[in-house]
Amino acid sequence: MGGYAVYVWPSYLITAVVLIGALVSSIRFLKRNAETLKALQEEDKGEA
Amino acid sequence: MLHRFANPARFMRLSGVLLPWMAGAAIILVAAGLYMGLFVAPADFQQGESVRIMYVHVPNAWMALFSYTAMAVASAVALIWKHPLADLAAKSSAPIGACFTFLALLTGSLWGKPMWGAFWVWDARLTSMLVLFFLYLGYLALYNAFDDPTRGARAAAILALVGFVNVPIIKFSVDWWNTLHQPASVIKMGGPSIDSTMLWPLLLMAIGFNFLYFWVLLLRMRGEIHANKIRMIRLRQVHG
Amino acid sequence: MGRFWHIIRRDLQMAMKQGMDSFMVVMFFVIAVVLFPLGAGPEANMLARISAGVIWVAALLASMLSLERLFQTDYEDGSLELLSLAPYPLEAVVLAKVCAHWLTTGLPLIAAAPLLAVLLNMQTEGFVILAAALALGTLSLSLIGAVGAALILGSRRGGVLLSLLILPLYIPVLIFGVSAVDAAIGGFPMKAQFLILGGFFLAALPLCPWASAAALRQALE
Repeated sequence: MGGYAVYVWPSYLITAVVLIGALVSSIRFLKRNAETLKALQEEDKGEA
Repeated sequence: MLHRFANPARFMRLSGVLLPWMAGAAIILVAAGLYMGLFVAPADFQQGESVRIMYVHVPNAWMALFSYTAMAVASAVALIWKHPLADLAAKSSAPIGACFTFLALLTGSLWGKPMWGAFWVWDARLTSMLVLFFLYLGYLALYNAFDDPTRGARAAAILALVGFVNVPIIKFSVDWWNTLHQPASVIKMGGPSIDSTMLWPLLLMAIGFNFLYFWVLLLRMRGEIHANKIRMIRLRQVHG
Repeated sequence: MGRFWHIIRRDLQMAMKQGMDSFMVVMFFVIAVVLFPLGAGPEANMLARISAGVIWVAALLASMLSLERLFQTDYEDGSLELLSLAPYPLEAVVLAKVCAHWLTTGLPLIAAAPLLAVLLNMQTEGFVILAAALALGTLSLSLIGAVGAALILGSRRGGVLLSLLILPLYIPVLIFGVSAVDAAIGGFPMKAQFLILGGFFLAALPLCPWASAAALRQALE
């Protein structure tokens, strides 16, 4: 990388880590809420 | 027309269909952009290989501004028409927007060190991007600072609109002030002045990041709709 | 118009009854400025170079202290709701309260600033310009602060949140305010900085009461 490797690769790496991290966190946010909702709805149905 | 999409159930169906396409487009475009940017595009005459940082720095910066604009538009829709999904769209734009802003600042810093000799300078473009980052954080803090989520949504919406004045400042800062940061070379009068071998990976990455934004946006909006339902059920359990 | 002055007078009377508010704001201003020579060392030339920036930053922080309570007491005892229901525009109410805030906070800061400039060994060319720039700047700070104060009503940790929200919006005023003083000291023209500060004020004058009133209405819903 013409001596610039120490600047170029961390740029790409940290971008990947942060963006993939944001993606994963959003997927887990959705999953967690979907599961909680499902559990509460089962509870509701059970009581009804 | 907007109100056709106000129904959460319809949104869940629509977003469920769109999600895999957003994901696919994001992955393919970013992969293509990475390949072109890292292996196909030439090194720059002046900047050498460090110019490759541009292929992450510029898309991050563009998306930082795009996300805030989307957040501001959604906030305006929420305040004016009280569209129920607009609040969620604004709220869901903020975390990813903050990420893009942070990455723009970081990659810019890593590009600045070899090019300008400094990791940071207090010029107009960098300073106003830093302010944008603070605005994102302030928006998130304000939204979550109220027990009543509607109150939080409305207050945050007003803040988003007040802070929007920063976006044109960022865009035109390199034109208005004598800055160290490079002036506009893509989105300007007269069209792009960048070579097409570099323009292509740049656009691929930018559009890929844009699809990533929509991917994350839809995921979070779906999560928020679930969260609202959970809150309703819990309230009913307490009172019923 | 009578209503306008009435609201200002009411806020001023409340401030005077409590008495301590203006005094505490000025004391904070002084203490914050004094921390810098104690922390960064008393070397005279260095202090002179940073004096404009330090005084402006301290003024920003001090003017934020009394903002949290701008609408708080009226919100809690219900008089804000009454004011919003009256046929008198809420934007004018905000403007009146902002005037009172500036009189009890901005004005004392402007008065105290030259003394602090002496403490920081600022060159004498800067004194008058410092007061003038602060005079114009603190008007905008009070206006922008009102928006923040309205947004945080009823929130948790309102005080800290207010700072997070307001300080990014204060930054342009800070940049041009310091620039004006530094230009005066260096013998450079400062017309541009004052024009921009004036521009901020003229823009904030209609926009901030409008945004604050919108936020207040949200809070009262």
